[in-house]
Amino acid sequence: MSRRTLAALVLLLLLIAFPFVASGYLLGVFTIAFYFGVFAMAWDLLFGFAGEVNFGPTFLIGLGAYAAGLLNVRGWPILPAVLAGAVAAVIGGLLLALPALRLRGPYFGLVTLVAVLLLQQVIVIFAGVTGGEIGLSLPDVLSVDARKNYWYALAFMGVSGALLYALSRSPAGLILQAAGQDPVEAQALGFNVAKHKLAAFSISALFSGLAGALMVFYLGTASVDTVVDISVTVQVIIAVVLGGRRTILGGILGAVFLIGVGEVLRPLGQLSTFVVAAIALAVILLFPDGLIGAFGRHGREA
Amino acid sequence: MLALQILIDGFAISALYALGAVGFTLIFGVSGVLNLAHGGLMLIAAVAAWYTAGELHAGQYIGAITGLAFGVLAAFLTYFVVVRPIQRSRAIPRDETEIFVLTGTLLWGIMIQEAVAYFFSDNPLTVPALISGVANIDGVRVPFNEILVAVISWLSIGLLWILVNRTRAGKALLACAINPRGLTLLGFELGRIYLLVWLIYGLLVAAAGVLLATFLGTSSGNTGALTASAFSIVVLGGLGSVSGSLIAAYVVGYMETLTAYLVSPQIRTIPSLLLLVLVLYVRPQGLLGRR
Repeated sequence: MSRRTLAALVLLLLLIAFPFVASGYLLGVFTIAFYFGVFAMAWDLLFGFAGEVNFGPTFLIGLGAYAAGLLNVRGWPILPAVLAGAVAAVIGGLLLALPALRLRGPYFGLVTLVAVLLLQQVIVIFAGVTGGEIGLSLPDVLSVDARKNYWYALAFMGVSGALLYALSRSPAGLILQAAGQDPVEAQALGFNVAKHKLAAFSISALFSGLAGALMVFYLGTASVDTVVDISVTVQVIIAVVLGGRRTILGGILGAVFLIGVGEVLRPLGQLSTFVVAAIALAVILLFPDGLIGAFGRHGREA
Repeated sequence: MLALQILIDGFAISALYALGAVGFTLIFGVSGVLNLAHGGLMLIAAVAAWYTAGELHAGQYIGAITGLAFGVLAAFLTYFVVVRPIQRSRAIPRDETEIFVLTGTLLWGIMIQEAVAYFFSDNPLTVPALISGVANIDGVRVPFNEILVAVISWLSIGLLWILVNRTRAGKALLACAINPRGLTLLGFELGRIYLLVWLIYGLLVAAAGVLLATFLGTSSGNTGALTASAFSIVVLGGLGSVSGSLIAAYVVGYMETLTAYLVSPQIRTIPSLLLLVLVLYVRPQGLLGRR
């Protein structure tokens, strides 16, 4: 067993044992951070590997969250509602990606951004059904116990992280990476670039939708501010870039750091967002490979 | 009557959109930068004008000039603090520069937005009209300021056209958009051309910001929407095509005005967003874009 695997196992055990020493407040912060970790990892699959800047992760997250929430209001139990939310995100993602993947770079980014703006408008216009700007309160919640919520989120993030990481290291992940870096050459080598990108988009949508649906059942409400707004997208992007793009697991590190710093800086009020954005900008300029890149490289040199 | 009202209001709004979008497309065409802090720069110019004119009681003209100055300053800051370090960084692979510029300017725009909200105000800011009074055009009351906004917008765009097509420096900009390496071989210094284009961009974006503040007002919460609308207009028209941006600005401006007057102001932006998605699917290079 390599030293790195051992370190990962120890860290995992520490995380599992964490609720026995931590306060409920701290657990709540980590629970949110874990869901954001999944958002970030799902986004990194598209950004780091497929090479597409998706400005609309919250389109997928929001679809999953609202589909699950609306079904729950109509009497569906949590588990089927969450699964239906994930299905909704994948279908929505496919509808968006099928034509959009013909576009590249900024064009793709803009279409995904527009999708978010449209979803936001639809939610506000149909306020009677969706709760509009106030939000949709759900009859059911995952649990009222902070520890259980923490463990649910940790388990979900752990499984998602393992699957996404394995996928990124698989032959399919390598083809995806090749397609992102040089689509023409990847195509010339006989790989179906469009198919791989579409698959990546669907998988990203699946995990985003699941995470969005689970998070609203933790929060007890689905609202535009928490799962659809552009500011959520920005946080996801910051988390990936901070942690290190093209690493998948860096997203977890970035999300925990981001949500943690946001919590520490809360007394600063509005200025906290400024500080977080400034930190992220500094990381981009000084360590473009993110936290994992910065530490990983030192590790290899030593 | 309503038709005339829509015609006039749509024209003024579209002119302002065109002014904002032309800067965005210019900076992309010449230096390949998609500046997602665009709305933030407009906000800085607007806030500087509002603060000088209102809080410091210097009057709207000095306010407008201060706004222009701060807008240019902010554009240069964006270039030197964010864009140039990313373009020159050795740690960032060449083919990923574009993605890093997008992310970097996005973060920079958020910093501007939050700083303005914190140190000044997150309420809507309005700069006093540059000229007061109301014209009566065939029964429709039109504030003089609205006419002035349209005139200044078109004057600025006209000046830009003369600069690019009729002056030596402007032709260098054009050449830079087509083939930067060829330009360096001819002995031009790219660094100076980039400075010039950021100066022009700063003036355009600042003018758009100040005019917007006198016309419709703006607020820190609005910066994302400003960037998104400039981005969509420019993509709709075709990235890098100035005439495409002008046409797209009028299409979007009139669609929004029509929707606001005839359907509901609440869904003002939806038809133009749908049109944008449709056009991109059918013709990904935009109306007048080349590939």
